[in-house]
Amino acid sequence: MKITIKIFRYNPEQDKKPHYETYKVEAQPTDRILDLLEHIKGNFDGTLSFRRSCAHGICGSDAMRINGRNYLACKALVKDLHSNKITVEPILGMKVIKDLIVDMEPFFEHYRSVKPYFINDEPPPPQERLQSEAAHERFDDTTKCILCACCTSSCPSFWANEEYVGPAAIVAAHRFIFDSRDRAAAERLKILNDQFGVYRCHTVFNCTIACPREIEITQAIGEVKNAIATGKLD
Amino acid sequence: MNKHQFDVVVVGAGGAGLMAALYASKSANIAVLSKLYPTRSHTGTAQGGVGAALGNYEEDHWEWHAFDTVKGSDYLGDQDAIEFMCYEAVQAVYELEHYGLPFSRTPDGRIAQRPFGGHTNNLTGKPVRRACYAADRTGHMILQTLYQQCLKNNVRFYDEFQVVDLLLVNGVTAGVVALELGTGEMHIFQAKAVIFATGGHGRVWDVTSNAYAYTGDGIALAMRRGIPMEDMEFFQFHPTGIYKLGILITEGVRGEGGVLLNGNGERFMEQYAPKVKDLASRDVTSRAMYLEMKAGRGINGQNYLYLDVRPETVNKFAALDGRKRPDGSPYIVTGEEITAKLPDIIDFARTYLGVDPVTQPMPVQPTAHYTMGGIPTNRYGEVVIDAENTVMPGLYAAGECACVSVHGANRLGTNSLLDIIVFGKHAGLKAAEYAKGAGFMTLPEDATDFARSQFDAIRSAQGEENIIKVASEMKAVMMDGVGMFRTDEGMQNALQVVRELRQRYKNIALTDRGKIFNTDLMNLWELGNLLEIAELVTVCALNRTESRGAHARDDFPKRDDANWLKHTLSWVRPDGTIDLDYKPVVITQHQPKERVY
Repeated sequence: MKITIKIFRYNPEQDKKPHYETYKVEAQPTDRILDLLEHIKGNFDGTLSFRRSCAHGICGSDAMRINGRNYLACKALVKDLHSNKITVEPILGMKVIKDLIVDMEPFFEHYRSVKPYFINDEPPPPQERLQSEAAHERFDDTTKCILCACCTSSCPSFWANEEYVGPAAIVAAHRFIFDSRDRAAAERLKILNDQFGVYRCHTVFNCTIACPREIEITQAIGEVKNAIATGKLD
Repeated sequence: MNKHQFDVVVVGAGGAGLMAALYASKSANIAVLSKLYPTRSHTGTAQGGVGAALGNYEEDHWEWHAFDTVKGSDYLGDQDAIEFMCYEAVQAVYELEHYGLPFSRTPDGRIAQRPFGGHTNNLTGKPVRRACYAADRTGHMILQTLYQQCLKNNVRFYDEFQVVDLLLVNGVTAGVVALELGTGEMHIFQAKAVIFATGGHGRVWDVTSNAYAYTGDGIALAMRRGIPMEDMEFFQFHPTGIYKLGILITEGVRGEGGVLLNGNGERFMEQYAPKVKDLASRDVTSRAMYLEMKAGRGINGQNYLYLDVRPETVNKFAALDGRKRPDGSPYIVTGEEITAKLPDIIDFARTYLGVDPVTQPMPVQPTAHYTMGGIPTNRYGEVVIDAENTVMPGLYAAGECACVSVHGANRLGTNSLLDIIVFGKHAGLKAAEYAKGAGFMTLPEDATDFARSQFDAIRSAQGEENIIKVASEMKAVMMDGVGMFRTDEGMQNALQVVRELRQRYKNIALTDRGKIFNTDLMNLWELGNLLEIAELVTVCALNRTESRGAHARDDFPKRDDANWLKHTLSWVRPDGTIDLDYKPVVITQHQPKERVY
């Protein structure tokens, strides 16, 4: 099938402002958008710039705005878009460095701000710490996060104010807050009980829709809000 | 010029690099350089589990794990290193759990374990549950957990820095040169010790499970600096890649009871591995699949087979095998259980194949997967540069880019994740210890010259060649000639084509002339690495006149222990000639014998 693909372009070394380039390509319905980008880069314009690595939805490099919605370019297939006109743009709310590449540093800064690491200073047992299947299940969903930023860059509250810690950082905090082995839930809840913390979330659900890992993000944020309100972790 | 100085520089931020960083940072001033954001590293795509004889369900011993690894390696693995790894495995997995890794759990709250290819009870020969897992995203959880621990311990990261040269002064490690992708600037990192944890080179082949980033950078730049490579002819094809795309479908699917079926609906692995069937080691299973397809027994005569994990199929064959649950009840699964244990696999199949594995079989074919060979090291991650195992001062390697050798001619499933945590740790410890007693080497004035000359050559090329075309011709000829089954003719042809491609490579004109995020330039540089590696792999494969593990050739179909129970060492000289030498395999207690599964 013939696809018309319109791509956001910006080369800071040449362009005063961004523009769009349109390419016509032959594609299979099962092609990934990433395949089309590689095809264009390899055959039409080697300057087209984007990040990618694993190409199957695990490394989280290629979050992009495709026909107005956030996807990983390697997980969006031509047939899923139900259109032979495709527009590809960088994710919103982050500074564009070049074409589809954005500055990810502020995103990772928010991530680091919630203490996204296991904290438990009690001496560990000689073998594993025991954890019931139910206790593991409690936070299993949020362990799937790949830090692609599809959620945070789809959130209107984040677009309105980039100081908002954002859904991805709250997901990271949730993963530890509800882990029965961790001992720093209170510290993280305090961090998120801030004017740029969880209360910026107005349950728009964009994040949940955008998540390529199908994490119930809005629900996870709700659980963190609830834990702050009640002081309980159940 | 941007100059930095650290006691230890770690190159690569996958599991091996992060583990090395965690340990080295306890006593040394270190930095981690990675061409990707660390959480993008290929460790994250590992699925099924990390091997350790915890025995959480049933009797198991690290000695059994060691023997399975030796047998899996087709007796080419060094047995002292294998024993070391399998012994350390148990504590290493507990350590990951103590870092907070969210392992799946047994009903009594211990780390869950599943069967995997080649993991056996050594007394009965039956499969044993040894793969410790976090659903089917074990690598993802290891990568995230180790990155998180590095953040907790304030490890210094230079993200999106591509290392392009290794600096040696008078035969001693002096640092690395890196290109900052965001600015195009060169940086010199002066270091007492350098740890390479740069991964493998599966992008040499056409159908591959490997990430775009898997271009053998560390191996290529070490061999350009005169470091030998070990056992480069051995490269693993994983039996179950998604048809055409090569995306990995974990062996854990077969661990959970999935079976391979041919076009006649037959469970053909019964013929090739009567005892463990679908859980034979990967080389054996991939070759069986190749032979089935070659004999016209692919699905509809095509070049793929079915991996079937539908509950009715699993239950039918589990009953025939007499498979039991740990409590002694018959092994019967439901669709919900399959979905809970293999969520990512189900997602991949739905997304890329439009197939729901709970109700339909998945079309699969073998896919290029793992680099067994690489930079020779001892069990402490120290790079050793000749047949006498002379240590190269200040240089370390760990993970897929290294060859300890624990994987020999064929890696056992789950031993890659084990390799990165055990040898990553020891490389980190050893490098920090070395740095304590060593000084910085004085760098020459022209420290970036060698790297610059390579990039100048790429930038000044004027020809008409196309990067995609050169890359696809390499991948196709390597798949054909130096893949799962090798013939003299196929390998000779591949060697000739790859050498021609290396000439044509010099005439690929660069389109992007900018400095900021010049991915065109980086892709081209990476292709240069792949081409050099492809040539070396082919030369080593032609040279080894036997079949062993992943290296199978029609003209020498048998393993030849009298002549070939030895590692290949290969040097690429500055003029391009390749010299070969050998070193003996370390055998402690398992004398080579015929390999039957």
